[in-house]
Amino acid sequence: MYDILVIGAGAVGCAVARELSKYKLSVCVVEKESDVCEGTSKANSAIVHAGFDAKPGTLKAELNVRGSKMIKELSSKLDFAYKQNGAMVLCFDEADVGKLEELKQRAVINGVDGVSVISGEEARKLEPSLSDNVKAALWAQTSAIVCPFEMTLAFAENAFANGAEFRLSTKVTGISKNGDTFNVKTDKGNIQCKIVVNAAGVFADEVHSMISSQPMKIVPRRGEYMLMDKAAGGLISRTIFQLPTKMGKGILVTPTVHGNLLAGPTAEDLDDKQDVSTTKHGLDEVKAKGSLSVKNIPFNKVITGFSGLRAVGDTGDFIIEQSDIKGFIDVAGIESPGLSSAPAIGEYVCKIISGIIELVQKDNFIDTRKGLVHFFDLSNDQQNELISKDPSYGRIVCRCEYVTEGEILDAINRPLGATTLDGVKRRTRAGMGRCQAGFCLPTTMALIASKLGISLADVKKTGAFDTDRRQDDE
Amino acid sequence: MIKELTCICCPMGCSLKAEVENDEVISVSGNNCIRGENYAKSEIIAPVRTVTTTIMSDSGIPVPVKTKDPVAKGKIFETVSQIKETSVHLPIKMGEIVIKNVADTGVDIVATRSVK
Amino acid sequence: MNKYDLIVIGGGPAGMAAALAAKKAGIDDLLIIERDNVFGGILNQCIHNGFGLHTFKEELTGPEYAERYADMVIQQNIPFELETMVLSLETTTDAMKAVTVISSKRGVQTLYAKAVILAMGCRERPRGALNIPGFRPQGVYTAGTAQKLVNLQGVKIGKQVVILGSGDIGLIMARRMTLEGAKVSAVAELMPYSSGLKRNIVQCLDDYGIPLLLSHTVVDIKGKEKLEGVYIAKVDEKCQPIPGTEVYYPCDTLLLSCGLIPENELTVGAGVMIDPRTNGAYVNESLQTNVNGVFACGNVLHVHDLVDFVSEESQRAGENAARFILNGGSESGKTIEVKAGNGVRYTVPCRINIDNAPELTHIRFRVTGVYKNVSIILKSGDTELMRKRSQILVPSEMVDLIIQKNKLSDIDDTIEVFVEEVQK
Repeated sequence: MYDILVIGAGAVGCAVARELSKYKLSVCVVEKESDVCEGTSKANSAIVHAGFDAKPGTLKAELNVRGSKMIKELSSKLDFAYKQNGAMVLCFDEADVGKLEELKQRAVINGVDGVSVISGEEARKLEPSLSDNVKAALWAQTSAIVCPFEMTLAFAENAFANGAEFRLSTKVTGISKNGDTFNVKTDKGNIQCKIVVNAAGVFADEVHSMISSQPMKIVPRRGEYMLMDKAAGGLISRTIFQLPTKMGKGILVTPTVHGNLLAGPTAEDLDDKQDVSTTKHGLDEVKAKGSLSVKNIPFNKVITGFSGLRAVGDTGDFIIEQSDIKGFIDVAGIESPGLSSAPAIGEYVCKIISGIIELVQKDNFIDTRKGLVHFFDLSNDQQNELISKDPSYGRIVCRCEYVTEGEILDAINRPLGATTLDGVKRRTRAGMGRCQAGFCLPTTMALIASKLGISLADVKKTGAFDTDRRQDDE
Repeated sequence: MIKELTCICCPMGCSLKAEVENDEVISVSGNNCIRGENYAKSEIIAPVRTVTTTIMSDSGIPVPVKTKDPVAKGKIFETVSQIKETSVHLPIKMGEIVIKNVADTGVDIVATRSVK
Repeated sequence: MNKYDLIVIGGGPAGMAAALAAKKAGIDDLLIIERDNVFGGILNQCIHNGFGLHTFKEELTGPEYAERYADMVIQQNIPFELETMVLSLETTTDAMKAVTVISSKRGVQTLYAKAVILAMGCRERPRGALNIPGFRPQGVYTAGTAQKLVNLQGVKIGKQVVILGSGDIGLIMARRMTLEGAKVSAVAELMPYSSGLKRNIVQCLDDYGIPLLLSHTVVDIKGKEKLEGVYIAKVDEKCQPIPGTEVYYPCDTLLLSCGLIPENELTVGAGVMIDPRTNGAYVNESLQTNVNGVFACGNVLHVHDLVDFVSEESQRAGENAARFILNGGSESGKTIEVKAGNGVRYTVPCRINIDNAPELTHIRFRVTGVYKNVSIILKSGDTELMRKRSQILVPSEMVDLIIQKNKLSDIDDTIEVFVEEVQK
C-alpha cells in the first residue's frame, strides 16, 4: 500500500514524484514503457519558454513562469544540460508589429523579465542568418533550451534516491476504489494506494475514465521535427519563433543544448495516440516554414526526423485538479509549455495533495543528484584520471558523439538504468550523432546483452523490458 | 531451346540469348564481345559459385568460411545447411579445413580468417 | 617518446598498404593507429569473395585479404596500436602534426609526427539523411551495420527483408540474408540504374530470384516498436515518388544501402579542404592535401568500388609520404589544375605539381551517368593529350586514367577530363 501512486513517468510524473519525495510519504511511479521519458516528454522542442506566450491568469502562465525559474536552478542542482540562450519571435509583416507589442504586454503581466521589441535590423545584427524579410522581433532574454530527457531522468533519479519506487514496463489497466483505498490494476499485478496522480500524458483521458464518469478528452497533436548535424548547430544561437499568421502557428528553429540544429514542429490532430510517424507533407512543411525565418538552413545535414505527440486537453488550459473522485488527481492536457512548467506542476500537485492528507517534510531529503559522466566534457586531467581508474573510459564506442564504453556501462548499471538501445542513447548520446548508431549499434547491443544477461537478439531498440531485473537489485 | 541470361563480364550487362541443344550451347547472341559468348557457355552448361558464409564456433563467435573452390550452383543451399549444422573449435587458422567434401561436391570448406 | 616520422590513421586496407609502402621506402619510425581490436577495418565483415584479383592475382574473401596484409604488417615489424582512436589532428607551429589519441593504455595523449596519412575509410548514409518518413521502429539498419551484426556477431536480425539501395553492400546482404534463411522480397533502387556491380546483381539477386526494382523508393515505414512493413513507390525522372504507385511489402527488416560518405571529421578539424563532390580531401598528384605533410588515401579520400584500387592508391600515398619525410616536398614547380568536364563528376587528384609528379600519374574519376560507346578525353586547351574508347561507363565503376609525365610538361595551367560520344 502506497500513500501515492503516480501514473506516468514523463517529465510531469517524475517532477511530481520528486516533489513528493521531499515528504514522509511512500511514493510509487508506474510506467508502461521500460524507461522514463518515453512519450511526449522525449520528443518536443526542448525549450524552456520564458512565459510571455500564455494567456495571463491561466495555469499555463503561472506554472510556466515559475517552472522556468525552477528549471534554471534545478539544472545545476540535479546536473542536467540547460542553456539560457534567449528567444526571438519574428514578425514578417509591418502590420503585425502590434502583435509583438501585445506579447510584450503579456510578458509584463505574467511577470517575465527581459522582454523587448527590436527592429528587423537589430534582430539580424544579433542573428545574422535571419531572413531579410524579418520586419521586427520580440526578444526574450530568459528563454532557454534544455535536454528534456536528462531533465526527466534527473527528476526520476533524484526521486528514486529519496525513496520513490519506480515500476517500469507496467501498464495500468483499471482503477477501482474501496473506501479510501484505490486498487490499481496493472499487467504486473495490483497496486493499492491512497492517492492517484494521473500523469499519463496523451492517455490521461483513458486513465481518468477508468474511475471517473466525468468526461475528459485528450487529443494527440502530432509535431514533426528535423534534427540537423552539429556542423549546422552554429547557424543561430537563439531560439527563433514565428509570430502566428493566418497560415498557422509557424515553426521554430533552435539550437539544442548539445549543439545540433532543430526545426519544427508541425501541428496535426490525430486519433491514434501512438502515431509518432513522420510524413512527407510534415517534413516538407518544416522545411518550407523554417526557411522563412532562417536563411540557408542546411537541410542536407539532417540526421534524423522525428515526431512527438502533445497532449491537448479540451479546456485550453492545463487540467490539474482533484477529480470528482476524492484522492484522484488529474494532471492532464499538459501541452506546451508543459516541459517548462514541469517542476512547478510538481509543486502545484503537492499543494493539492496537502489538502487531502497531511504532508510532513523529511529532514534528510537529498536535493542534489550527480548525472552521468560525459567524458568529453571533462578536462584532460580528469579524463586521464578516470581512464586510469576505469580503462573502459578509454574505449570510444560512439565515434560521432565520442561516447566511451564506461559511460554506456554507467547508463546501464545506475539506478533506473537503461535496458534498451534508446535508453542508452538518451542517457549517453551514443547513436545520436550523424551516423545514427551505424557504427556503435553492434557494440552497444553487446554491452546491453552482457550486462542484462540476455541474448543479442533480445536487445530491443525501445519498448517494455520483460525481465524485471530491478526487482533483484533491491 | 533458348536460354536468357545477363552477362557479368563488364558493366554493359549484355542480355544474352543462348541456343541450347542436348546440354550444349549451339550459339550465343546479344553479346558485344567474345567474353559474353564464353560466359554464356560456362554459365549454362555448368554454373558454379564460390559459397561464403559463417560457421558457429563453440565459443559463440562466428567464423567466416568459404568453399575452397566453386561448387555447382544447385548445391548452394545444401552446402550452407551442412555448414550451419556444424560447429568448430577455436582457435582456428585461415585456410584450415573445417568440412571435407561438403554436400558431396568434392570441395572442402575452409576458414577465411584466423580466430583465437 | 611520442614523436614519429609518420602516423597512419586507420588500420584497414588503406592504412596497412600505406604503412607497408612507407616502410619499404625507408621509414622505420612510424605508427599505425586503429580503433578496432583487429586490423582490416570493414574487410573483416565482408566475408564474400571477389577481393584481390589485381593485388594477389587470385580471388579472396575480405577477411583473407585483410589477414594477408595484417601478416605483412607484423612481419615488417611496423609498430601499431589497436583500440586507439584519434580525437583530433592539428598542425603545430613547427609544422609537426599533433595527433591526439585516446586508449585505455595511453589515456588521452598527443602524439607528434612529421607526416600523417589519413586512412579512416567511410561510413554509410543513415536513414535520417535519406529523409524517409514513417515510424522509427526496430529493424531498420544500414546494410553494413547489419552485415557486421550477422557476420561478426552471429545475430539473427530478421526473417523477411526489404533492401533500399542497390549498392554493392545491399546486394551482397540480399544474398547473405537469403543464405541465413531469410526471405528477401525486393531491392528498391531510386535511380534508373543500379549502383552495384553487374556480377553482384546476377549472383546475389538473380540467382535467388530477388527482384530489383529500379526507379523505386521506400516512401513510408510502418510498425511502432518493431518494423512491420514498408511502402515502396515508383519515382519519376526527378526521383520524386509517383502517388498511387505505392505497394506494401510486409517485412521485419529494412536494410539501407544508399551510399557511403568518407569519414572526414578529423580531416576538417585539421584545416584540410574538402571537395564537396567526393566528401574527401582535395589532393594533388602525391595524394597530399592542402595541408603540407597530410596525405589521404582509400575510402576517406573517395569511395572506391574495389579494394585492390584502395591498396594501390594507398601504396602511392605511403611512398609519397616517405619521400616527403626524407626529402621534403617541392613547393616550387608548376602546378596544373585537373578539371572535371562533361560527364565527369570529380577527379582525384585535382591538381598536379609537375616537379613532384611521378613517371605515371593516375587520374581517377567517376562518371555522372551511364554512357555507352564514348571516348574519354584528356585535353589541355586545344591540345588533346589522351583519348580512350570505352563501350560503357557507369557511375558505379571508377575509371583510372594513367598519364605519362612527359605529356604534362608543356601544359599551361589546366587539363580537363571529359566524356564525348563517339559519332557512328
